[in-house]
Amino acid sequence: MMLVFVAFFILPLVFVVIVSAWDYNEYEMLPALSFRGYTDTFEGCLVKLPELCTILKTYAKTLKLCFLTWLITLVLGFTIAYFLAFHIKSKSWQIILSLVCTIPFWTSNVIRMIAWIPLLGRNGLINQGLIELHLIKMPVEWLLFSEFSVVLAFVHLFTFFMVIPIFNSMIRIDHRLIEAAYDAGASGFQTLVNIVIPLAKPGMVIGSIFVITIVMGDFVTIGVMGGQQIASAGKIIETRLNALQFPAAAADAVILLGLTIMIILTLTKLVDIRKEL
Amino acid sequence: MKERRSKSFYVLAAIFTAYVLFLYGPMFAIFILSFQGPDGGLTFPMNGVSLHWFYKVFQGNGIVNIGAAFKRSLILGLFVMLITVVFSVAAGMAFRKGFKGASLIFYVAIASLIMPSIITSLGIALEFRLLDDLMIHHGRDLGLGTFADRWTTAMGLFTSGLGAHLTWTLPFGLLIMFAIFNRFDGRLEEAARDLGATPWQTFRYVVLPIILPSVVGIGLFGFTLSWDELARSSQAIGSVNTLPLELQGLTTTVTKPDIYALGTLTSAVSFIVIFVALMIIQLLQARQRRFGSDSGKGMV
Repeated sequence: MMLVFVAFFILPLVFVVIVSAWDYNEYEMLPALSFRGYTDTFEGCLVKLPELCTILKTYAKTLKLCFLTWLITLVLGFTIAYFLAFHIKSKSWQIILSLVCTIPFWTSNVIRMIAWIPLLGRNGLINQGLIELHLIKMPVEWLLFSEFSVVLAFVHLFTFFMVIPIFNSMIRIDHRLIEAAYDAGASGFQTLVNIVIPLAKPGMVIGSIFVITIVMGDFVTIGVMGGQQIASAGKIIETRLNALQFPAAAADAVILLGLTIMIILTLTKLVDIRKEL
Repeated sequence: MKERRSKSFYVLAAIFTAYVLFLYGPMFAIFILSFQGPDGGLTFPMNGVSLHWFYKVFQGNGIVNIGAAFKRSLILGLFVMLITVVFSVAAGMAFRKGFKGASLIFYVAIASLIMPSIITSLGIALEFRLLDDLMIHHGRDLGLGTFADRWTTAMGLFTSGLGAHLTWTLPFGLLIMFAIFNRFDGRLEEAARDLGATPWQTFRYVVLPIILPSVVGIGLFGFTLSWDELARSSQAIGSVNTLPLELQGLTTTVTKPDIYALGTLTSAVSFIVIFVALMIIQLLQARQRRFGSDSGKGMV
């Protein structure tokens, strides 16, 4: 087990870091110390200040998409987990409903992305419907291949990653606590804020880590749902790889890695993952 | 709590229903559209009903060989499933006893799970590329002679590709094992040992039957995660493509419903696997209920 992780996870990471400090030319990498990978990435950024250069804009956009997705999945995931944990009393119904949510997770992400095309496209169902209702005259363009569709697809694909850990935390909350709060005269909202949310926090943090790391590194969803037009941190790496600029790609990967680790560290300050299993 | 249930319950139930519709709605749209008539386009309305596009998929449309990718993904998925199950169970057992470096492995597994896929993928690609360079340029010096001369690349479906998938499926398997053993009653093993069972017998006749339904679950995760895996494979798979990679490539080039037909087919495979796995789990649990207890049977 450890061997697999060393061969296919740790060593590759080490190589990424090493190669990120290598030199390169048009078609191969040269094993000589150089920070061209990094400097090329931020080329022209200092000159342009205070205006953001392309690369910084891209990172800002990635963070923005990430934040939006995180917010929506957290609220939605919390609501669904709350419903499953507190309003569904019978255990077998809980299992059935969780399975209903899980099954799409076991099917292809690409398919689930493509599936939006007939709904959101220019001649898709939503545009057709709106025209039928005479709400709009021309098809709305921003539904597909836009930031909207990217976030929509993220929410569609990854809310499940929020639901499971939050649900897991919630079913462990002692129901007597909630009854006690009720008996002490707390309103439903007070119970939610003072009891359920603090106790479900570990699940919320774990779910957040999943969603954030997936979205930060994503290039497939952004590629397909953004019509290959929207740039993101993951997409930069992919583009550089296609141009065979390995050290540059590695440099970008190291930057992305640093960003992600920072976010995770902030989050893990709040919770000990191992205790939650 | 019953008295307050009514209002918030219905609001939340409505949200849940909406979410489920949101999850499944688009998928049903493409399932339906894949039966589009030969003249139909990518969107509604349906232009007749036919199997035309499925036929086109099987025929191959000249650009990519879908059948081969299908087979490759299937075989790779099965291998990944097998390795994931064996390694996860073994690791799960080892973690219960505790060993040196246990928490290190745990954190590595978690890191592997949440590492942005593109970075893992890039790293594996680099690792194998460097190995190739080493063999091609310095293989002779290392005394590998003709072996080095014939070397082309170590990258491939069952080296880098398999590894990439394992970095994704093993952590899942490990976490499921943890969840299982957190609920496992250790006294059962002690009882077996006290009755004179060897460690292997204890595992085979006591532990394994109890955890088997969950092990099938790990297999399910192993296969489906590999079957649909895309981001990690993207750079690490070598010269051939798996099915999701082909699909992703098709999204930019294809303007006909055959992509929906392909989507329906892939999902069908997923659903069959899920269904079979759930059936097996059900059967095993029923079996456990039947044989699990000898209470009321008197002396055995």
